[in-house]
Amino acid sequence: MLKSRVIPCLDVKDGRVVKGVNFVDLVDAGDPVESALAYDAAGADELCFLDITASHERRGTMLDVVRRTAAACFMPLTVGGGVRSLDDILALLLAGADKTSIMTAAVHDRDLVRRAAEKFGSQCIVVAIDAKKVGDGRWEIFTHGGRRPTGLDAVAYAREVTSLGAGEILLTSMDRDGTKSGFDLELTRAIADAVTIPVVASGGVGTLQHMVEGIRDGHASAVLAASIFHFGTFSIHQAKQAMQNAGLAVRMDGDAA
Amino acid sequence: MKVAIIDYGSGNLHSAAKAFERAARDNAISATIAVSADPDVVRKADRIVLPGVGAFADCRRGLDAVPGLVDVLNETVMAGGRPFLGICVGMQLMATRGLEHVTTPGLGWIDGDVVVITPDDPRLKIPHMGWNTLNARPHKLLDGITTGPAGLHAYFVHSYQLAARHGQDVIATTDYGSALTAMVARDNIAGTQFHPEKSQKLGLGLIANFLRWSP
Repeated sequence: MLKSRVIPCLDVKDGRVVKGVNFVDLVDAGDPVESALAYDAAGADELCFLDITASHERRGTMLDVVRRTAAACFMPLTVGGGVRSLDDILALLLAGADKTSIMTAAVHDRDLVRRAAEKFGSQCIVVAIDAKKVGDGRWEIFTHGGRRPTGLDAVAYAREVTSLGAGEILLTSMDRDGTKSGFDLELTRAIADAVTIPVVASGGVGTLQHMVEGIRDGHASAVLAASIFHFGTFSIHQAKQAMQNAGLAVRMDGDAA
Repeated sequence: MKVAIIDYGSGNLHSAAKAFERAARDNAISATIAVSADPDVVRKADRIVLPGVGAFADCRRGLDAVPGLVDVLNETVMAGGRPFLGICVGMQLMATRGLEHVTTPGLGWIDGDVVVITPDDPRLKIPHMGWNTLNARPHKLLDGITTGPAGLHAYFVHSYQLAARHGQDVIATTDYGSALTAMVARDNIAGTQFHPEKSQKLGLGLIANFLRWSP
């Protein structure tokens, strides 16, 4: 049967990992490729790079990172951050990304999702949704790191991008991101139950139990986390072990403990 | 040994090429990997790999856009018996027809249609995306690879599957509500719905087996 996925996410700025990975002895914890290799060996199911490079001119460095990662890592790689056009997507795919995640550009130009899915296939088009709770059972899409409201209802938007051809949704609760208090399960479940495509839950993981809840109670197909893995709080293996103990199906192909 | 990975504009072939290089190196197989659309390179290759991502019709158009490529494939693979591996949509192209959005002819090597996945359980998401195990019959390409529910995992991402008319052409399935076609093979031709180049242990093992394969 299909397994629930565990996905570490690395923030990359100007070609360097922002929060260093220190769960193994890396020669250079700031090197995204070395971090990627470590996660590959640790049994991560996929890897996500989020490019937070501020200037558009320096984005070429990300392509180089993707190229070097794809050459060394035989696991699926999603790249997001600043993806604005079909050309941006093409450049990332040609560099070796398996999926690209679109956020702000999709909010402003919904049709970009349709054009991208038609040109490259739904399987490589992830739509990232940053949502904040604005009322009982209502969540709104925000951009610019949660600072700018868009007036868009998160559930309706998720349905819309699904019908336009998105292949996956990367859902982040801006209320929970960085809090280590667990996913917004109500939000995750509302979106996951509303769409036919897989949903990756993100934002708020602080314990192993949180990952279990994201799948079991949030109905997500995958859980994404950053700091708890990077800072060595938990290993990928521990996360999967906890999920397995909770009765969830995970991939354990002789992972490093 | 010369391996041709056919580049017909269907996505990035960088990681596929690297995975073949790695599998060859790890198994002390001497192989040069060429990523090329040149029919002459394909004709001279000892192993032919047809990748593919995106929509069936787009991939078919891409193949047809390279003058002489389909003819060379038919001549070397079907008439010449050269070992061939189709990956993802490259595997689906081996079918008689693709029924994704529009009806498009495939290469017609495996009798069957490429049809949308329709799980009985509405909770099952489409695309079938992620890691799943294989239920397989013994085959040289799976030598040394543990299959079954407790076996190794392969990475899938697809919304359509090859529904083969003849059960003997299907050598592996994967369970997603029902049994989806994961691998087809007959004589010197084989195809995987999953991505061996993204499937770590299982993938590198299968690629090494393909490089050693003498059907």
